Amino acid sequence: MSTTPANNLVYERPEGFTDSPTHYCPGCTHGVAHRLIAEVLEEMDLIDRTIGVAPVGCSVFAYNYFDTDFVEAPHGRAPAMATGIKRVLPDRIVFTYQGDGDLASIGMGEIVHAAARGENLTVIFINNANYGMTGGQMAPTTLPGMKTTSSPSGRDVETQGYPIRMAEMLSTLDGVGYCVRRSLHDPKNIRLAKKAIRLAFETQARGLGFSLVELLSTCPTNWGMTPVESLKFVEQHMAPAFPLGDYKVAAGISQVKI
Amino acid sequence: MPRELWKGNEAIAEASVRAGLEAYFGYPITPQTEILEYLSRRMPELGRAFVQAESELGAINMVYGAACAGVRVMSTSSSPGVSLMMEGLSYIAGTEIPAVLVNVMRGGPGLGNIAPAQADYNQAVHGGGHGDYKSIVLAPASVQETIDLMVLSFDLAEKYRSICMVILDGSLGQMMEPAQMPEMRTIQRANWDWATDGRMGTRERRVLSSIYLDPIQEEKMNLRLISRWRTIQKNEVRYKEYFLDDAEFVIIGFGTAGRVALSAVRTARQQGIKVGLLRPITVSPFPFEVIDQLAGRVSGFLVTEMNSGQMLEDVRLAVKGRAPIEFYGRMGGVVPLPDEILREIHRIAAGHLSVDSDPRNEWYERMVGLR
Repeated sequence: MSTTPANNLVYERPEGFTDSPTHYCPGCTHGVAHRLIAEVLEEMDLIDRTIGVAPVGCSVFAYNYFDTDFVEAPHGRAPAMATGIKRVLPDRIVFTYQGDGDLASIGMGEIVHAAARGENLTVIFINNANYGMTGGQMAPTTLPGMKTTSSPSGRDVETQGYPIRMAEMLSTLDGVGYCVRRSLHDPKNIRLAKKAIRLAFETQARGLGFSLVELLSTCPTNWGMTPVESLKFVEQHMAPAFPLGDYKVAAGISQVKI
Repeated sequence: MPRELWKGNEAIAEASVRAGLEAYFGYPITPQTEILEYLSRRMPELGRAFVQAESELGAINMVYGAACAGVRVMSTSSSPGVSLMMEGLSYIAGTEIPAVLVNVMRGGPGLGNIAPAQADYNQAVHGGGHGDYKSIVLAPASVQETIDLMVLSFDLAEKYRSICMVILDGSLGQMMEPAQMPEMRTIQRANWDWATDGRMGTRERRVLSSIYLDPIQEEKMNLRLISRWRTIQKNEVRYKEYFLDDAEFVIIGFGTAGRVALSAVRTARQQGIKVGLLRPITVSPFPFEVIDQLAGRVSGFLVTEMNSGQMLEDVRLAVKGRAPIEFYGRMGGVVPLPDEILREIHRIAAGHLSVDSDPRNEWYERMVGLR
């Protein structure tokens, strides 16, 4: 086994991370999303003045992994907590990291009103179409016909309703500066996701209002798929239902070159 | 500072501002809305944070966030709104950070009405949110005392990293009285060693949460809460006593019920009846010790509340059966008149005391005409 010389270093832990292994399942894209945020915070030199707000769900322990101050919100209330922090510390960078059950179900009121008020916050929204931590129940984003532990015959839209497209919905609000959807299913899309996360934090750093990046993500454990199958599922089934794209980009941010 | 006419709700707002309130988050609900309205103008003119939240859930979680950042923060609401805040309060308790919450109580349960009540005593004093925790709860009986206790509430919350609630009924929030405001305190942001206000190049990262996944650690945390509460019980009990020195009978009432009882006690004294009044100011920590001492020397107690006898249970715990206890309460937004309390004093002075029976049953049966 040979050691790698430092000048050939191609991969290392970003400074925005703590030296802690994550608890996420093999093949889950939470780790990818976390890394992109940590890289962006490092590149923008924001680690020192960032405060993260963790949700309830699989990413409840997000505070273990980022080398920034962190608080842990009640289920769905991260945008309200973040509002409280940002309003008293306007020169800090505040972001929430929320899943679909947290953001689009129990926290619908908090996210919509934080966006409507134009709170100068960044929200990273993980859409993996189910409640992961509690074992794979139907979420507001579960696809029609998709089997979960609480829609065992597949989501029946007649009785269980339709998926909610959060990025589209929030982009209608005037307080929103940046609102896009990306996916984490392949390297190209991961690069595009990182650029979007950068622009979301640039939006906040410039005081241009609420910013949100929705990330289509995998949940191989609860979907009952291999990691590779679940990446394909995102590409073939989730991306058509949740189209990738820029839903709102404020004039002041569309000019930013990174 | 001169004495001025202050409406209770506006006095709460201005006293908090002068005590160094840096952020306020609230939601409209009668009979406390004037606090929100007053601060919507006052906070921005001082460059401080004000947000009208989307709900009481939103408001208390904004309080939670700002409290984590280490600033003086409060919310205010009334009974149904405070019920919605119970989730956030439990998290704030579990995170061990200071926050102030005012409940201008109204008639209930449910939507109830907007008339004055004290029916949220149990929610404030004996729990409210899930899990084992206690809040400091202050109960003023006049606009001046409300002002003084608002100032105290921020100090107590910070001293013990605790929730401090101020509970008063709607009549105190709505009425005007001459009162003196404290001097304006300049904002002095304490450099707390726990606040998550960004590392800012000076320290390691901090995390604030109410999670202790390991039950042993969670139990340790609960023991820490108890230890803190024991200190609070030792140091912070406050009450006011009137005519207790030679009293044969003692009335116990908090807030407006205590104040109405004082009028009745004064009249009874003029009539030669040796009755006194104990008015708890901290209903939590409850003044067990002074009631314990009184129980050894008086002939009986009358507990009077604007509810069905919630504090009565704490008085019974303190008295431990050593003296008879009577109860008189009005509910649903009805404020007792001094004459009603005086009638109770006359009844007790004539020797009608519940010895073996439940004072609440006796009171209920008198209320509905069963006796």
